[in-house]
Amino acid sequence: MTTQPETATSEAQPSRAVPNQPPAAAAASNKPSGFAATDVLVNEFADGPDTVDKAVASPDELQPHAELGLKDDEYDRIRQILDRRPTASELAMYSIMWSEHCSYKSSKVHLRQFGEKTPPNTRMLAGIGENAGVVQISDKIAVTFKVESHNHPSYVEPYQGAATGVGGIVRDILAMGARPIAVMDPLRFGAADHPDTARVLPGVVAGIGGYGNCLGLPNIGGEIVFDPTYQGNPLVNALSIGVLPVERLQKKEATGTGNIVVLLGARTGRDGIGGVSVLASATFDEEAEQRRPSVQVGDPFMEKLLIESCLELYDAGLVSGIQDLGGAGLTCALTETAAAAGTGMRVWLERVPLREASMSPTEILASESQERMLLIVTPENLAAVLKVAEKWGVWATAIGEVTPAGADGTPGRLVISWNDHVVVDVPPGSLADDGPVYARPLREPADLILLQADRAETLPRPSTGDELRETVLKMIASPNLCDKSWVTEQYDRYVLGNTVLAQPEDSGVLRIDEETGLGVALSVDGNGRYARLDPYEGARLALAEAYRNVAVTGAEPIAVTDCLNFGSPEDPAVMWQFAEAVRGLADGCLQLGTPVTGGNVSFYNQTGAAAIHPTPVVGVLGIFDDVARRIPMGFPAPAKAGGDLLFLLGETRNELSGSEWAWVTHGHLGGKPPKVDLAAEQALGALMGRASKAGLVSAAHDLSDGGLAQVLVESCLRHNVGAKVTLPEDGSTAFVHLFSESAGRAVVAVPRGHDKAFLALAAEFGVPVTPIGVTAEEQTLQIQDQFTIGLDELRTAWSATLKNLFGGPAETASADGEGRSVTLELTERN
Amino acid sequence: MRIGVVTFPGSLDDGDAARAARIAGAEAVRLWHGDPDLHGVDAVVLPGGFSYGDYLRCGAIARFAPVMESIIDAARGGLPVLGICNGFQVLCEAHLLPGALTRNQHLHFRNRDQWLKVEATNTAWTNQFTPGQEILIPVKNGEGCFVADQKTLDSLEAEGRVIARYVRGNPNGSQRDIAGITNEAGNVVGIMPHPEHAVEALTGPSLDGLGFFTSVLRALAGSSADGQLAGGQQR
Repeated sequence: MTTQPETATSEAQPSRAVPNQPPAAAAASNKPSGFAATDVLVNEFADGPDTVDKAVASPDELQPHAELGLKDDEYDRIRQILDRRPTASELAMYSIMWSEHCSYKSSKVHLRQFGEKTPPNTRMLAGIGENAGVVQISDKIAVTFKVESHNHPSYVEPYQGAATGVGGIVRDILAMGARPIAVMDPLRFGAADHPDTARVLPGVVAGIGGYGNCLGLPNIGGEIVFDPTYQGNPLVNALSIGVLPVERLQKKEATGTGNIVVLLGARTGRDGIGGVSVLASATFDEEAEQRRPSVQVGDPFMEKLLIESCLELYDAGLVSGIQDLGGAGLTCALTETAAAAGTGMRVWLERVPLREASMSPTEILASESQERMLLIVTPENLAAVLKVAEKWGVWATAIGEVTPAGADGTPGRLVISWNDHVVVDVPPGSLADDGPVYARPLREPADLILLQADRAETLPRPSTGDELRETVLKMIASPNLCDKSWVTEQYDRYVLGNTVLAQPEDSGVLRIDEETGLGVALSVDGNGRYARLDPYEGARLALAEAYRNVAVTGAEPIAVTDCLNFGSPEDPAVMWQFAEAVRGLADGCLQLGTPVTGGNVSFYNQTGAAAIHPTPVVGVLGIFDDVARRIPMGFPAPAKAGGDLLFLLGETRNELSGSEWAWVTHGHLGGKPPKVDLAAEQALGALMGRASKAGLVSAAHDLSDGGLAQVLVESCLRHNVGAKVTLPEDGSTAFVHLFSESAGRAVVAVPRGHDKAFLALAAEFGVPVTPIGVTAEEQTLQIQDQFTIGLDELRTAWSATLKNLFGGPAETASADGEGRSVTLELTERN
Repeated sequence: MRIGVVTFPGSLDDGDAARAARIAGAEAVRLWHGDPDLHGVDAVVLPGGFSYGDYLRCGAIARFAPVMESIIDAARGGLPVLGICNGFQVLCEAHLLPGALTRNQHLHFRNRDQWLKVEATNTAWTNQFTPGQEILIPVKNGEGCFVADQKTLDSLEAEGRVIARYVRGNPNGSQRDIAGITNEAGNVVGIMPHPEHAVEALTGPSLDGLGFFTSVLRALAGSSADGQLAGGQQR
């Protein structure tokens, strides 16, 4: 039932051919059992579908371009390109491909900086514009990684929105020729105690777990942030990383006239129609509930089979080109593969295996059904491809073929028919590459000057030991700083057996090669409050934090991916924030020598006039020559009497604006975010890399949200090891030392005997070092002259919050009916 | 010694089980769900995962796979078989072990490092432990709550067929804190936590999982030496 071996080679047609019916035998063999006969479909339309012929004959017919999200001038341009009105299918395709989500029409002019400011590097094998960036990490091995948003679907339907977010990014990784090996999820929700957060968060977490766990990918890190700014606009970003032998790198070009276009994976249904144009490219209103059908439904089991079959196909050398189907479905995959090669393509839509027989050609082209890939294969390889698909129980169907470019060297055309009706005849590049580009107006938000003037450094502060003690307990129990294991325990972090470090560690660390110990570290970070106060510095701070998180584990940071979450680009204030953030990130990456390899933009995270805080989320990839030397965050049980020595690296300044302390204790956001010194970050990173290689450090933890107090609590609680800390007497108050969020800092534990070597190394790299105490046998965190808190009391305060908020029975979602039927069909085969 | 590891569509920890077998000193042999040939392996591991998606009852479809027909026959003849997580569910569905694994009581998937107390050590897979030994092994499942009727539970206890119980917290609501059981002959063992994820210091919380794999090697060495069935005495 799964494969329909047949060749379409006999129907090679010139690119602008009038419709040509595929041989009856081929058409029949394309129909899976239970699929309705063709003529039934045709009868559903009184006059058949809108065709190219009809479009030529009825130039003045009114078309719903505005309803599909196309502006008047965009519609006029389509008519100009085609020299006629578009057919209904073409109109839908242009509306999808020219949507903000697919065309990057508002962001393109800014994103160019990532290319223009790329630091010199020899590792990047594929970059922006590909499905995901690919970075070489040894002579033979490369990794590919990317972060993407699935914000809008996850608000409408939390479980499926988040689940298919994981599925989508994993297919991007797969399309590059890589085996996906892990996922991470940076998440942002509204206020922790808001009723809608109780609806969204459990569903999102269950969806990420349900999909990723079933796919067999360890979840190794991410973020969970609460802020009222995300009320109604939660951010569900998903990152995946994969590994490939360098020579297995795949490309998406549909090259080779006569090559066969094969659709692999799940059947096509009505789910997700309008996902990118309706959901992701407009602002929400009260009708969000009605948009549920625009959310795709995931089947992780099918995706697992898709992964295994694609990898088998790559290894056998059977694939000439490949592209995943995600947002914009077949429309995007067909136009992008053809446009990338400059070839044409002839597609017979009635061959696409459907879940619902009554789907119209427009629906088939727009469907965002999950777990599908588009392959370009040579005619002689087709039988072998279908055999591999059959082994894994995955549908594989030849739906078209590659046609030549024009005789005059012009690109070929994409011609799509449906039961003899030519419904599409377009230049594929006009959809994939030549969408509208806008240089939208920018204007600094009117309130920014006042906001920056309202500094948190002037807020009333705790000063006595008792007040500081109470502040620590209050801070660690706050939703952003508390224990996240209620969430992360729902994710499998062990599967595949190569997870060296996972949350709550600073970075996820994976072993890549069991023989050599070659490995990678990954961290994703962002701080919307900092970016609200200063988007340029906020983006650089996100980059600095992710870079530091990777560096403190001992890895060498080498590359960046980003997910840029913003409000409506039609608001000049939002567009200014976006432009500033991109400029900051591009400048920062240039200075750190870590190129942006790919990423994603999510606009329209906005309810009414209120946009979210600008939230650039930055992922940094680092490498280890031997992952055995990774440095964990938890203080180890004291091996020698007197414990390990604790040092604070970096400079602490009086920086509290935008801090977690200002927010938790005063509900305050104002002032300017902490200073960024990327040269200092590089020095810290270089020091940690050398210290790791020399084995001088037993634990290291990056300082960020919540400052030193948070780091001490987390490092103590990791293995239940106490600490005695003496804050430096340098003129700053104990409060500033404990809660400042100055960047470029880390706490390290150094075993006695290694301290001289470590201090010498720090001096060599010019990293300021302050001794702050020792790890201790006593089960307490003791801040000399200020306060002492038992580890039990810390743990109780730290670990209760999420359980109390979300501890009830989880929102659960059963597998969808489609998934079940696929399973049963597979069973029959076995 | 050759330990077979079955791959069903949707198996996820199959590579990890094979790695654990290798680390223990065995040769790992990959077995395919659609192939009834066991390729002469000396023991079999049914790994964790979501066989066939587990959209029906977990393991309910896998028990009908061609490879399972051979394994069920061989297990009845004394072949050592270890079912981990989804493999345990398959063994219950195949009626090689009593009881069933149902949805965790708290309804969440849960992944944590879990303490277990080993009880029966006279099986093919646990003879390298001492009774009462506490071991630390990752648990990760959504449907790991072991249930059986009272009579079955009583007889499992009376016959010493509980191989391990959860201690310091029950992660899924399993009756009588049962984490793993064996059949009467001691050659078939099912366990919900994942010993294959506790075999390397770099990636696991302990090395305690290795004992399951070295146990079967010892059982096999013993049985080939004295001509008995692997897995200990018939009751």
